[in-house]
Amino acid sequence: MARIIMGIESSCDETGVGLVAAHDDGTVELLADEVASSVEQHARFGGVVPEIASRAHLEAMVPTTRRAFDAAGLSMSDVDAVAVTAGPGLAGALLVGVSAAKAYAAALDVPLYGVNHLAGHIAVDALQHGPLPTPCLALLVSGGHTQLLRVDDIAGAITEIGSTVDDAAGEAYDKVARLLDLPYPGGPPIDKAARDGDPHAIAFPRGMTGPRDAPFDFSFSGLKTAVARWVESAQGRGEQVPVADVAASFQEAVADVLTAKAVRAATEAGIGTLVVSGGVAANSRLSALARERCAEAGIELRIPRPRLCTDNGAMIAALGAHVAAAGHKPSSLDLSANPGLPVDTVLV
Amino acid sequence: MLILALDTATPAVTAGIVRLTGPAGTAASTDTASAGTVSSDTTSAGTTAVAGGAVPVVEQVAARVTVDPRAHGELLTPHVLDAVADAGITLADLGAVAVGVGPGPYTGLRAGLVTGAALAHSLGVPAYPVCTLDAIAAGPGGPALVVTDARRREVYWATYDAEGTRTDGPHVGSRADVPEPAGRLADHEQPSPVGIVRAVAADVLAAREPGPLTPLYLRRPHAAEPAARKRVTA
Ligand SMILES: [Zn+2]
Repeated sequence: MARIIMGIESSCDETGVGLVAAHDDGTVELLADEVASSVEQHARFGGVVPEIASRAHLEAMVPTTRRAFDAAGLSMSDVDAVAVTAGPGLAGALLVGVSAAKAYAAALDVPLYGVNHLAGHIAVDALQHGPLPTPCLALLVSGGHTQLLRVDDIAGAITEIGSTVDDAAGEAYDKVARLLDLPYPGGPPIDKAARDGDPHAIAFPRGMTGPRDAPFDFSFSGLKTAVARWVESAQGRGEQVPVADVAASFQEAVADVLTAKAVRAATEAGIGTLVVSGGVAANSRLSALARERCAEAGIELRIPRPRLCTDNGAMIAALGAHVAAAGHKPSSLDLSANPGLPVDTVLV
Repeated sequence: MLILALDTATPAVTAGIVRLTGPAGTAASTDTASAGTVSSDTTSAGTTAVAGGAVPVVEQVAARVTVDPRAHGELLTPHVLDAVADAGITLADLGAVAVGVGPGPYTGLRAGLVTGAALAHSLGVPAYPVCTLDAIAAGPGGPALVVTDARRREVYWATYDAEGTRTDGPHVGSRADVPEPAGRLADHEQPSPVGIVRAVAADVLAAREPGPLTPLYLRRPHAAEPAARKRVTA
């Protein structure tokens, strides 16, 4: 008998409710994935405003849940467990999802699993590509995170190998987009503009790649400043800024560092599978370069489809399914959200 | 009818089970759901009205209240389950949920609202919004001024006439702008489960479709549009 797991996500600006079926053979099947986003309400502020996000989560939580059950053709009484993002994320935003999850678990009299958002980004790949081989290496890239993680057990053993020392990759995209008068969030418009540009037109710096730098950490702050300097000096000379070339060259610098470090980490550790996930994983240059370099190094590359890469409830349901199948003890109903939840804590 | 009353708009985390019995002949008066004995808890606001009269009877069956402004998200659902257990009932015995919608400092307020909404959704019962200040005013009768903490050196306030009808507010502002009380002053009190249900008793008994559980924020979100970008080169 398949077990139905409901997943709730509210760590940033997407209210997500997902439903999955955990089958006896270890496969996890996607049944529903409903998301309500407040991204448009944040656009004019150039970044996520926590209070606006929290207000939007409260409004969207029950309607999004209703839509998920309608889409799956299930009733609430079919649910066998509820999983929720316990952290990391915005405190006020997390609280809405955690409070809702507790109420649903209590009313339905099923176990509650408060789980790690970052591990959810990895677990979601099982919905598309089947059970995750372990160990595997995961590269998480989004507006909020840039991390290299070693996964020995998705339900409990995740170790950070490296992370950004300043901006997340997605943040750098947002800032460069603003510099080029492109809309927020910056990922999709830069990707689009870059299609007509020359990725080798401008040699932007590759951060943290010196011999004395931490081999698997990232830095995007210097790159962002370099792009700003380049654009300002072109403007100072009265020249038209070649937006396509700047976008393509910036994107090349980001994709180059991310994929080089991920492939090197996998090769050094003798790990045969790389999972690339998070909102920036949808970037066309990042996925193309990852495919190229993984093929050269003989590494299997798994990138979930874009819809699964961005924040959603299905990823939390998928992780909940793995945690429940591993027989871990459910969370207590006095669980609190933890905005700074460390990546090695999969279940709270 | 048994009603779950919730409020997280003040420093208190409040969950209570309240029995609402309408005047003879109304739907709620024929409710036969049995529950544990009525608590003699003296914290319940006001006494019950005369049974069989024209006024509904509102009785507290069980309540769990903790005053801790940082524990709303953590304690509310455990309090609900404990109150249900104390009442000797199950969640399935509830006929409605009544939720304080503030005004209140936002993070805790949202915990109560989303908990009430999710419980009502999964139990298939209506969720009634209650202005938290109305719930505090409900009970003793007579004109009243209700004042609660809004943080940032401000207060939320509203005034009520002798019938308990709100005459002004809810507002948010500095203490200096709050009028002199014309009768009872409820200063930084918390709503009781009985007060919450009393404030919506008429709507519940008339089986009126509840409005949405919309929080009374009274303030716009704190957010600034970015200023012109600073140059990195001199
Ligand atoms: Zn994320």
